Amino acid sequence: MREGIQKAGRLARIALASTLIIGGSANLLAQAEAAKVPTAEVKIDNFSFGPALLTVASGTKVTWTNRDDIPHTVVADDKAFKSKALDTDETFSYTFDKPGAYPYFCSIHPHMTGTVVVK
Amino acid sequence: MSDETNGNHHDGVDRRGFLKCMAWAGTGALYIMQGGVLKSYVMGASPQLGAGSSAGELSFVQISDSHMGFNKAANGDVVGTLKSAVDKINALPIAPEFILHTGDISHLSKPEEFDTVDQVLKSAIAKEIFYVPGEHDVLNDDGKQYLERYGKATNGSGWYSFDKKGVHFIGLVNVMNLKPGGLGSLGHDQLEWLEHDVKHRKASTPIVVFAHMPLWSVYPEWGWGTEDSSQALSYLKKFGSVTVLNGHIHQLMQKVEGNVTFHTAASTAFPQPQPGKAESPGPMTVPAGELRGLLGITDVNFVHGRHALAIVDSSLK
Repeated sequence: MREGIQKAGRLARIALASTLIIGGSANLLAQAEAAKVPTAEVKIDNFSFGPALLTVASGTKVTWTNRDDIPHTVVADDKAFKSKALDTDETFSYTFDKPGAYPYFCSIHPHMTGTVVVK
Repeated sequence: MSDETNGNHHDGVDRRGFLKCMAWAGTGALYIMQGGVLKSYVMGASPQLGAGSSAGELSFVQISDSHMGFNKAANGDVVGTLKSAVDKINALPIAPEFILHTGDISHLSKPEEFDTVDQVLKSAIAKEIFYVPGEHDVLNDDGKQYLERYGKATNGSGWYSFDKKGVHFIGLVNVMNLKPGGLGSLGHDQLEWLEHDVKHRKASTPIVVFAHMPLWSVYPEWGWGTEDSSQALSYLKKFGSVTVLNGHIHQLMQKVEGNVTFHTAASTAFPQPQPGKAESPGPMTVPAGELRGLLGITDVNFVHGRHALAIVDSSLK
């Protein structure tokens, strides 16, 4: 009985250790990935996207952060990307892989518009 | 209607004055329309209103923008202020027959937010409640949950009409399928339905239209308007009395244009700034003692015998 418990404990420890190793390497991998992927930020303040016109290199991951007290969305005019409603401090990210102009708006407050230009 | 000749009457207030008229919640303004002419009174000096409910009289209350779930600086207790609104409704001199909720019931379309509003409104003296959705009620699911909860017997995304004591009520939805850079929108299907809905009604039928976003151009720079509202209103031209009740802008505003009286209600949750008076239309944080004076309910009375319609706004103070 006791031996059984000890065995189980040992197995659990091994399992935990391997998880840490795997988890750790995945973490490193993610960090390396993040270092490679260019990023850009758009802040939502006072019912507007800032900057409203953002120019980025192809492959850039753009993150929108809602800093208003009211929820907003980030929706491409052609619906190519579409966030859920972002409450205060929530974010939405999208990676732009192809050059072009991507106009978008807040589908709740459609007078809020912006464009991401991908070079 | 020959507005300009009717617009200047015994009360000495002309139409141009009213086009500019804007009142804040809590000022206690009372509006009575008689024969197409709007008259204003200071609350307390209002004539006969609330006294002697004549046969055929119809009283109802509009509440709006309860934003259940909102918990930021502008109001940390939206449950409490909604409860105060219910207390106010229950204390009205004439018990209202029903309640119109002009949208933004919830803040984030969460089931528990709708549940809380339903629970609070259960204690209202008026048991029948008619809703239209605000943009906050149709987040993430194109309004599916809203329709299941509040719009089972409606058309399209939730529009419908009904009659009460000879008054025809029309609930419209202008918060769906909004276009980039645009305003509120009714859309082709709803406009077609509206045209058909009113076509064969007598011109003498009083009409009340209610929708979340203003059906007039309040301040397009902040999106406060509905892009195809003029087409909707063109179907209502033949009617002698049209009252349009909206929410969305969290403040009282009134305008008269021909046969149509436009009115926006206060929120029960938080005030928003006057058009262009702040960087954005976001929630306005005011000193704690002033909040309830800027929130409120709207009481509407029809008195058929006197051809009058009265809109009374009361704050939650």
